[in-house]
Amino acid sequence: MSILTLTHGRLFDPSRRLDRQADVLIDRAAGVIKAIGKNLKAPAGAEVLDCTDLLVCPGFLDIHVHFREPGYTSKETIATGSAAAVHGGFTTVVTQPNTDPPLDNASAIAYQYLQAQNAGMARVYPMGCITKGRAGEDLAELGLLARAGAVGFTDDGDCVRSSFLMRSALEYARSLGKVVVEHCEDHDLSNGAILHEGRVSAALGINGYPSAAEEIVVARDIRLAKLANARLHVQHISAKGSVALVREAKRRGVKVSTEVAPHHLLLTAECCRDFDANFKMNPPLREESDLEACLEGLADGSIDCFASDHAPHTTEEKSQEFIHAPNGVIGLETNIGVLLTHLVHKQRLSLKRFVEAWTSAAARIFDLPGGSLKVGGPADLTILDLDLRWQVDAARFRSKARNCPFAGWHLKGAPAYTIVGGRIFEAIGRTMRETGAPKPKAKAKARTR
Amino acid sequence: MPKGGNRIARLRESSILNRQSSIPMPWTRKHLLDLESLSKAEIVELLDTAASFKEVSGRSVKKVPALRGRVVVNLFFEASTRTSNSFALAAKRLSADTMSFSSSGSSVSKGETLIDTAKNIEAMGVDAFVIRHSAPGAPHFLARHTNCSVLNAGDGSHEHPTQGLLDIFTIREKLGKVAGLTVSILGDIRHSRVARSNAHGLRKLGARVILAGPPTLVPPAIGAALGVEVSHDIDAVVEQSDVLNCLRIQFERKAGRFFPGVREYAAIYGLTEERMKRAKAAAIIMHPGPINRGIELTPELADGPRSVILEQVSNGLAVRMAALYLCLGVRISQV
Repeated sequence: MSILTLTHGRLFDPSRRLDRQADVLIDRAAGVIKAIGKNLKAPAGAEVLDCTDLLVCPGFLDIHVHFREPGYTSKETIATGSAAAVHGGFTTVVTQPNTDPPLDNASAIAYQYLQAQNAGMARVYPMGCITKGRAGEDLAELGLLARAGAVGFTDDGDCVRSSFLMRSALEYARSLGKVVVEHCEDHDLSNGAILHEGRVSAALGINGYPSAAEEIVVARDIRLAKLANARLHVQHISAKGSVALVREAKRRGVKVSTEVAPHHLLLTAECCRDFDANFKMNPPLREESDLEACLEGLADGSIDCFASDHAPHTTEEKSQEFIHAPNGVIGLETNIGVLLTHLVHKQRLSLKRFVEAWTSAAARIFDLPGGSLKVGGPADLTILDLDLRWQVDAARFRSKARNCPFAGWHLKGAPAYTIVGGRIFEAIGRTMRETGAPKPKAKAKARTR
Repeated sequence: MPKGGNRIARLRESSILNRQSSIPMPWTRKHLLDLESLSKAEIVELLDTAASFKEVSGRSVKKVPALRGRVVVNLFFEASTRTSNSFALAAKRLSADTMSFSSSGSSVSKGETLIDTAKNIEAMGVDAFVIRHSAPGAPHFLARHTNCSVLNAGDGSHEHPTQGLLDIFTIREKLGKVAGLTVSILGDIRHSRVARSNAHGLRKLGARVILAGPPTLVPPAIGAALGVEVSHDIDAVVEQSDVLNCLRIQFERKAGRFFPGVREYAAIYGLTEERMKRAKAAAIIMHPGPINRGIELTPELADGPRSVILEQVSNGLAVRMAALYLCLGVRISQV
């Protein structure tokens, strides 16, 4: 029996109210946790990973990533995306179905599972489309998608415009025990706009995307979820008003959950003043008050979890005129560092809530295994080095893409190791240290807050 | 000797530039991308340089050798007649070689990217790009990716710095000053790069700026974004203004979705003779052209005594000569 022992680490699992020094014994063959406790006796020949001064957490889950396969493999593949995930400290990801062809049928779901297995790194759970071809007209084969392993349904990138269709999806998915996941955007009101409507859009002469375009659909879907008595998950929440709507709906007992991306907590529309497409995404970067509202929502539980909306694009695609470059930024390899630096270390969010929002709270939305450290449970762990100082260098990413809004940032805290089913992967906190972080030059232009 | 110093020395000696002002502020910019980033001193230097060049246009031989051997390329991805011709003529009057490139019939229609197009032309040994493009920020993008000087000839609805400068130049020439004046820009503010450049430039020179038009054509945050006043009452605006700058309704940008119709627009927001009876005696009327006659401005006003529209066009030439001269001059170590 092959055993891995994690020694001297600080075990930290908010779902089990765990915060103490302890060792973890992992059965690598079975990929499960065998024992947790003080000074565990490791059998002879066991591999030991010294976790002194490190934080040993349940494996982190990023429930919103785009791995682009099939169809857009020049941006990312399931193999490169999985490599980026474990390098960034994530054991598990949920992929979006806006591939080409889209994941609107059972064999497409099976294909993603197969490619993830071939890659053999992170656990990859695909979502299926809500509508056939993501066209917003007819329901996709939700039952067959679920059978093939789709963990939820979304037309991410596009909103389900028809209220009738959205209601049908919610009712149908309820019987399957799956969640319907919405990209909330009133496309008629946003009118193809790519910049938050406000001072920056007015100054740059670019059509604005008002917060109301998000809030309208959040409000509609909450009503529909209540009507259908079904589970709704709101993707990438960005507007102050949306946070208030979700908070109020939860209070009334509607089964709604939501996620927020690091860029919507740390960056504002001001970042777009230089027309840099690495700050262009949908929903757009909004205002200071929206950042505050999202952070407040995260702290009080109105927002359930983090998710990066990791959206890789090629450098060529992003090196176009701002309005022509595609939407999206990558996040898997910076998620942990930027949030530790700017939320946890600055005491704006507790470490407990930070870890919970990447683990048990994220797992709960799709009923995924993991998110907790349990004897007999999967040996998925994320091991953090909270005090490591490093600088973001996109050239060192394992993702194929470089469209990172945090490039050059000086950070404190990084994932050191990612353990998936008992297999150890060195994360960015270790690969950086080995190759030697680049010497900090001038003070990085941290355009946060 | 620093390049700027050299250039100032040349300016002093130059018989072409018989300037009234004392030592000018050293212009150190390679590009003219927008008026938002220029200082008051830089704008004044541009205007003063333009005043010197205006004299050249009055001569029988309307040409100076300032940019001999330099190559200026017009890269126009949007239709234009007066701006492209004005820039081309300005470059020629400075003795630069000129090329022009428009999106129809070029490699752009074959799907070439803006960067590739620009780099290929740059490889021919080009010194400056004059670019008009539908994408806001396209000139800034070009400035980052090539080594040429870049002059913005209009980027989407963002800025049109030489139009802003020529409008300010005309105001200064006609009314003798800019500071303290009330300058109102009327009409389709939402889609107007002219409004944005004017607002930035005028504010820096101390004018009071009012942007006026239907609420749907004046973006909600633009007053705060540009530090100007906003109004929807044209009569009230006319009464207070020293300058009324009418903008063209940009039907090609689907402006028609933002108001009920041309007839209503002309009645409520158009500048008419009746309405101008309320205006100050010395108030002037401007328009960046081309005019939708009878919609934003009646033909009588466009051709009347208050109108300075054709002077704007003449001044455009001098302003563009100044812009090319200053931006390219930075890199000339000797004439």
